[in-house]
Amino acid sequence: MSDLDTFRAETRAWLEANCPASMREPVRSEKDTVWGGRDQSALTPDQKTWMDRMAARGWTVPDWPKAYGGGGLSPAESKILREEMRALGCRNPLSSFGISMLGPALLKYGNEEQKLEHLPRIARGEIRWCQGYSEPNAGSDLAALATSAEDMGDHFLVNGQKVWTSYADKADWIFCLVRTDKSVKQAGISFLLFDMASPGVSTKPILLISGYSPFCETFFDDVKVPKANLVGELNKGWDVAKYLLGHEREMISGMGLGLSSGGTLIGNTVAQMGLDADGRLADPLLRGQIALHEVRARAFAAMSERFLDELKAGRAHPAQPSMMKYYGTELNKARHELEMAAGGSDSLEWESEASNNGAAPRAWLRTKANSIEGGTSEVQLNIIAKRILELPS
Amino acid sequence: MPLYLNDEQTMLRDAAQQFVGEAAPVSHMRALRDADDATGFSRDLWKQFAEMGFTGILIPESDGGLGLGHVEAGVVLEEIGRNLSPSPFLATAVAAVEALKGSAQRERWFPGILAGETVAALAIDEKAKHGNAIGMKAERSGNGFRLSGAKQFVTHGHVADLLIVAARTAGAPEDDAGVTLFAVPKDTAGLTADPQRLADSSLASRVTFENVEVDADAVIGEVDGGRAVLDALLAAGRTGAAAESLGVGGGAMDMTVQYLKERKQFGVLIGSFQALQHRAAHLYAELEVARAAVLKAQQLLDAGDARAAEAVSVAKAMAGLASTLAVQEGVQMHGGIGMTDEFDIGFYMKRGRVLAEMFGDANFHADQLARASGY
Repeated sequence: MSDLDTFRAETRAWLEANCPASMREPVRSEKDTVWGGRDQSALTPDQKTWMDRMAARGWTVPDWPKAYGGGGLSPAESKILREEMRALGCRNPLSSFGISMLGPALLKYGNEEQKLEHLPRIARGEIRWCQGYSEPNAGSDLAALATSAEDMGDHFLVNGQKVWTSYADKADWIFCLVRTDKSVKQAGISFLLFDMASPGVSTKPILLISGYSPFCETFFDDVKVPKANLVGELNKGWDVAKYLLGHEREMISGMGLGLSSGGTLIGNTVAQMGLDADGRLADPLLRGQIALHEVRARAFAAMSERFLDELKAGRAHPAQPSMMKYYGTELNKARHELEMAAGGSDSLEWESEASNNGAAPRAWLRTKANSIEGGTSEVQLNIIAKRILELPS
Repeated sequence: MPLYLNDEQTMLRDAAQQFVGEAAPVSHMRALRDADDATGFSRDLWKQFAEMGFTGILIPESDGGLGLGHVEAGVVLEEIGRNLSPSPFLATAVAAVEALKGSAQRERWFPGILAGETVAALAIDEKAKHGNAIGMKAERSGNGFRLSGAKQFVTHGHVADLLIVAARTAGAPEDDAGVTLFAVPKDTAGLTADPQRLADSSLASRVTFENVEVDADAVIGEVDGGRAVLDALLAAGRTGAAAESLGVGGGAMDMTVQYLKERKQFGVLIGSFQALQHRAAHLYAELEVARAAVLKAQQLLDAGDARAAEAVSVAKAMAGLASTLAVQEGVQMHGGIGMTDEFDIGFYMKRGRVLAEMFGDANFHADQLARASGY
């Protein structure tokens, strides 16, 4: 038995012994996702157990160094862990912008103190982070941002407004892009971390077409931020921001994998329409659409595996996350359109108990933001065209 | 196993890229087409494939081959696709070899394949759309079997030294059991091949079997149990065709992107237009996703993984979709010149269409996937 085979066997045994049964069921709604944070009162006992057990092994962030709360696993071991979790149907123990976005940026750009202060707490799910990027006049043109951070000697004084701040009202800390030099566009931006409980920070939820408010407007009024919270160099936050955006796109692209297991789409459709005498879906056109969608979804699952493998080996094109983000989000939107078609009038119910408070239509509407947030599909296509295909300006 | 080519596979790709690009670029195919070549490919080139060791990629080392896998065969096929090189490689060195592997006939046929002298053809399809049904009859006769029926879309059928024939020895056309595979030498009495030129200028035959008598030792594998051999042949052929499709799609995309960087209209390079940039970028994404799906299928096949069959369907369907988009965008973005025979992009469209049909199109494979998922 090779070392990796041993690792696989031990991993499987540990997961079987430690993953609570309820954490092996498919995620059904938004509240099934564990985000961690200071306030853990909303967590079920199983959610808490599962997160804590995984965190204790560093497996909420398996490939981070052990010194920062990670598992210190090699790329091959991380892959085995993912495969074994998938095989047992284990839920992700902790979803967090700290893990998927800030962590990688801190690992690359943070100083030792910042890494030691923030990374282990992210790994343990103790601090929930939000991202302060977009502003009312800086969406796709992010470098137009105006929120300012004035150098007051021993601290920065932050003033301005952010928008589309996901879960700002539930977050403990924010990683925030601020303008520290007004005379230049991209070169005058810095990357700051601060506590959302700081005096002068306020948030206001934005009601969306889904009826939910995952996004907020966030206001900063004379917020004092210690200078030690600057990540990277002053005025060079754009590098950190771009690096982080790559990881954000990677995270969002993962949503395209929804169908890779077959999952709810086929199950729901079969339940709704039934099979004909030959065992095929009674609506042949919808069956064909679903089958062709499944081809793309499974192919994209292979692409995701390849992308991760290439990323770990340092072989991926730096702009490839844009491709993943573009394809994954468009695929996810297409899947939810099919799910709505499959559900028929049942999938239109907005508040009933049977519909789990309108889980399907709300999720369908939520996906429409996938190709807007984290850089629109059009922005991703621009990046592919310019940086990968090297088409002229 | 990471989902990218390892160092040895990358070296093989570089060698294949150089060899196929030099020995059989698109101009080679055009010359054969212009000469109305009756063979449909160059026998001399087939010899060179053998000298490179390519024809033995899937033949075990114990039989004198390289003992490599579908990833390696795919590496060569992608270059064949990129250069539109007419070649019996897919049918002979991939699909037929996979069928003969481990059978008693391998001793008879592998030496010729390794030497680049033997060409094999696949007599599998009975209708214009590829399907799983096998209706052609093989009845016991004396010491062997008597084959009667017809097959179509038999590429290289008119010049093949060997035909791999799927026939029914029992049961009904749709049954899995009752299928038997035969290795039939070309000069067997009662066998006629009627070659037809296809849209891509390759040649495929309608083959008629009129009381064709073969010995019992022509059977590949077990009588009535040929479905397993056929499945192996098809998995190899489908994966191989997917790899060749990728090459066709990739070649078309490369030509097109290059053209976008050179062609001026309204005083600027057309590649600077966002409308075209977005379509080119979308095409890139489709081809990358297809590439991953094809490599996944190749690796699972090589590993003998039970998930290979579904991965093969995903690969063939996705490669067909992506490469169809690539050739369509290729012709459209080239504008009027893309419609001319003088320019190569149209050849990609024609070859892409043939490969999309071969071994089942995207709809066929999506249907396979749906059945496997129980809907």
